Amino acid sequence: MDHPFDAIVVGAGGAGLWAALELAREGVNTAVLTKLYPTRSHTGTAQGGVCAALGNLEEDHWEWHMFDTVKGGDYLVDQDAAEILAREAIETVIELEHMGLPFNRTPDGKIDQRRFGGHTSNYGEGPVRRACFAADRTGHMILQTLYQQCIKHGVKFFDEFQVVDLLFEGDPAKGGRAAGVVAHRLADGQLHTFRAKAVLLSTGGFGRMFRITSNAHSLTGDGVALCYRHGIPIQDMEFFQFHPTGIVGIGILLSEAARGEGGTLLNDKGERFMANYAPKLMELAPRDMVSRAMYQEIRAGRGIGGKDYLYLDVRHLGRKVIEEKLPDITDFARIYQGVEPLKEPVPVQPTAHYAMGGIPTNVFSEVVRDDKGTVVPGLFAAGECACVSVHGANRLGTNSLVDLLVFGRRAGRQMARYAAKVERPQPIANAVEPMRADLDAIRGREASGESVAVIRKELQDVMMDNVGVYRDATLLTAALAKVKELKARNQKVAIADRGSVFNTELLEAQELGYLLDLAHVTVAAALARTESRGAHSREDYPERDDKKWLKHSLAYQGKDGPTLRYKDVSITTFQPKPRTY
Amino acid sequence: MDVNLRILRFDPEAAPLAGSPPKPHWVEYKVSVDPMDRVLDLLIKVKAEQDGSLSFRRSCGHGICGSDAMLINGRNRLACRIRVDQLGKKISVAPLPGLPVVKDLIVEMSGFFGKYRSVKPYLINDQPEPERERRQSPQDRARFDDTTKCILCAACTSSCPSFWARPEYVGPAAIVQAHRFIFDSRDEGAAERLEILADEDGVWRCRTIFNCVEACPRGINITRAILEVSSAIVGRRG
Repeated sequence: MDHPFDAIVVGAGGAGLWAALELAREGVNTAVLTKLYPTRSHTGTAQGGVCAALGNLEEDHWEWHMFDTVKGGDYLVDQDAAEILAREAIETVIELEHMGLPFNRTPDGKIDQRRFGGHTSNYGEGPVRRACFAADRTGHMILQTLYQQCIKHGVKFFDEFQVVDLLFEGDPAKGGRAAGVVAHRLADGQLHTFRAKAVLLSTGGFGRMFRITSNAHSLTGDGVALCYRHGIPIQDMEFFQFHPTGIVGIGILLSEAARGEGGTLLNDKGERFMANYAPKLMELAPRDMVSRAMYQEIRAGRGIGGKDYLYLDVRHLGRKVIEEKLPDITDFARIYQGVEPLKEPVPVQPTAHYAMGGIPTNVFSEVVRDDKGTVVPGLFAAGECACVSVHGANRLGTNSLVDLLVFGRRAGRQMARYAAKVERPQPIANAVEPMRADLDAIRGREASGESVAVIRKELQDVMMDNVGVYRDATLLTAALAKVKELKARNQKVAIADRGSVFNTELLEAQELGYLLDLAHVTVAAALARTESRGAHSREDYPERDDKKWLKHSLAYQGKDGPTLRYKDVSITTFQPKPRTY
Repeated sequence: MDVNLRILRFDPEAAPLAGSPPKPHWVEYKVSVDPMDRVLDLLIKVKAEQDGSLSFRRSCGHGICGSDAMLINGRNRLACRIRVDQLGKKISVAPLPGLPVVKDLIVEMSGFFGKYRSVKPYLINDQPEPERERRQSPQDRARFDDTTKCILCAACTSSCPSFWARPEYVGPAAIVQAHRFIFDSRDEGAAERLEILADEDGVWRCRTIFNCVEACPRGINITRAILEVSSAIVGRRG
C-alpha cells in the first residue's frame, strides 16, 4: 500500500511529536509512524527535569547554561548548536507550560527549579537551580503534553508501524533526496510505503547493545542504522554515557534528581567518596566523572561489602521531599530492589544510558553527510538518534530533553519550509521488495539456525564488559573480533514464528541487525580514538589530546566494516580548558 | 527456583481444527527464575528459550510506558512491576479481559485510545498567552496531581465490570484523563468535557466497584476522580 504525504515523522517521542505539532500548525499533510503507541515512547521515562535558565529561584543566564554544556561535553560540543540549545531552552519550556505541562510550582506560582549535575552558576562556581520539573516524571509529562497537542491539532498517527527501510530518489551519498519510508505493519505483517517530501528520523537511542541499561527494549537504533546502511555517516559513536545510579543488575534508572535534591553517594566505609574526585560539585559532577569515580572505588575494594556497587543515600532528605519530589524512583527502589529508601541506602551501579553520537545534522536538524556539512535533501533527524552536536563527549543531565524539544521544534519548522518549495517524489517501483526479501529470508530459514536471543545476549555481554566506562586497546580489539563473529552468525539467524500477525520475533531479528551494525561502529570508533575525553575513557591513553583529537568522528559503512573520517568542532566562544569540578 | 507458568495463548493464523476457528488455550511452561525476577522477565525467557512465537508488548520494562498490562494470577497488572516472590510458584498470565485478543497477550487497543481522545484530553484555553509561564499556585497544581500519573495502560478500564457489561462505556482511564484537565486551574474546557461525560455512556456507568483502583499500577485513586467528575456535573446542573 502506498500512502502519499508531504511529511513523515518516524518515532513518536518528544522530538517527533513536537516536529509533528509544528507541521500540523503549518498545515503540512503529515503522518507520524511509531513501532509502539506514542505514549509508550522512551521520552516518557525521563525523570528529573529539563534545564532552562529561567532564573525563577536564583540568578541564571543562558550563557552559563551554554558554558556548562560545552564543558560538560569535554569541549567536543559544537558551540553554535550549544548556544541555540541554551537560548531556545527558555522559550520551549515556557511554550510547554502554555500547552499545559503540569510543572511543579514555587510558592508564587512560577515553574519550580532544582539543581542537576554539571549545571552551575557563573561559569562553574557552584550548582544552580536550573532544572524545571514535574515531580520525577518530567519526561512522562512532556510526552503526554505533546501527544495531547498533536491530538488537538489532528495529527495523523500510524501506531505499531515499524519502519524497516528509507526511500530515496537517487543515492543519498551522492546528492539523492529523501522520498519516504517502508514500514511493516505489526498487526498483519504487511509492508507499506509512505511517500513524502520531508522525512524526520526521531527514533531514539540504542542502549540495548549493552547488558545493563536504562533503555527500553525498543531502543535498538533503527533510524541510525538505516542511515548508515544507505551510505550516510554516523557521528561520534565512541561516546556512550553510563549513568551513575542504575539499579544493580537490571540498570533501571534512579534519577540524578535524587542527588539534585541532596542525596549522597557512599562507599563501603560510609564516605562521600566524590570529595576525592570533584570537591566543588561533589555528587553533582557530570555523569562520566561520577561513573568513573564509582569504578575506581569498586576497584579499590571500597564497593559495598567488596562487591560491584555503591550506595545512594536519600534518608536525610526526609519523607516530605522524597514523597513529593522523588516518588517514582522511591517506588522503583522498593519494587525492583526490595529496598526502602526512607530507611536504608539504595545499592546502585553505572548503567548504559545515552548515545551522544548518532545521525549528523546541522542546527536546522537537516541530515548532513560529510565534513563540509553537505545536506541530504529532505532528510531530517532530531533527538537522541541525531548528533547536532550539543552533547559532545558527555551529555549533561536534562540536556537530552532540552535537545529533543529545541531540535524537534526546529526540525518541524524547517520541514514545513522545505515541503513548501519542492514537489512530492514519484512512487518508487518495487520499493518494498528489498525489505520483503530480507524479512522472508529470516522467516524462511530452518528453525535450527542461530537464535536472536543468544546472539543478542553475547553482544550485550561483550559491549558491557569490553566497551563500558573504561576501555583499552586489548578490550576493544577483542570486542571488535567478537562483534564481527556475531555479525557473521547473524546471517544465519532463524526464528520459530512463521506468522504475519504481530510477529515480534521477526522484528526482534531485524532490530538485532541494527544493534550489531551500531556496535561495530562504536567499537571501531572507540579503538581509533587514542585519547580520553568525556565518556570515552581509554586506560591506555588517559589524557585528553586536543592537538590530535579535538574532532568529531564520522563512520561510513565500508565493505568489511566502518571507514572513519573526521570533522572539525565548532568553537565560537569557549576555548578548551582542563576540565575540573 | 522453578516456576510453573501458564500462559493463555492464541494464534489467529492457526489452522482450523475440525472446521472451527482457532481458540485461546492454556500452555504450561517450566521456567527457572530468581525470586526477584518480574513476570516480564519470565515471558522474555520463555520467548528466548522455549517458544520464540510467544507474543506480548513491552518497552520500558519499569512501569512507565504502559505496554505490558495483562491479567496475572487473576488481576490486571503490569508484567514488569510484579515480582515472582509476590506471586509464588504458580503463575498464570492472560490478556487483559474485555478487549479483543489479537494474538497471545496482545489485545486490540484502538477502541481504548478512541475513548481517550473523545474526552478532549488537552488543555483548552483561548486566552492570549503571557510572555512567561501562566502562574499556578502549588495548591492548584496539587488539585489534579494524582490524575497526571496515568500511563494509559488500560489496566483499569479492562478490569471494570461496567465496561465488560457495556463496551460503549467511556471507562475509567478516559475519565481520569478528563479529570486531569477539568481540575487544572489553567483550563477552560471543563463545560465541554462534563457535557461529554454526562452522556449515558459517561460517568454514570460507574458503580463504584473499585476494581480500577485495585488495578492501577500508578496508585491513582480512580474512583475518587470519577466521583469528583460526577459531582462537578451535578454541581453544574444544580
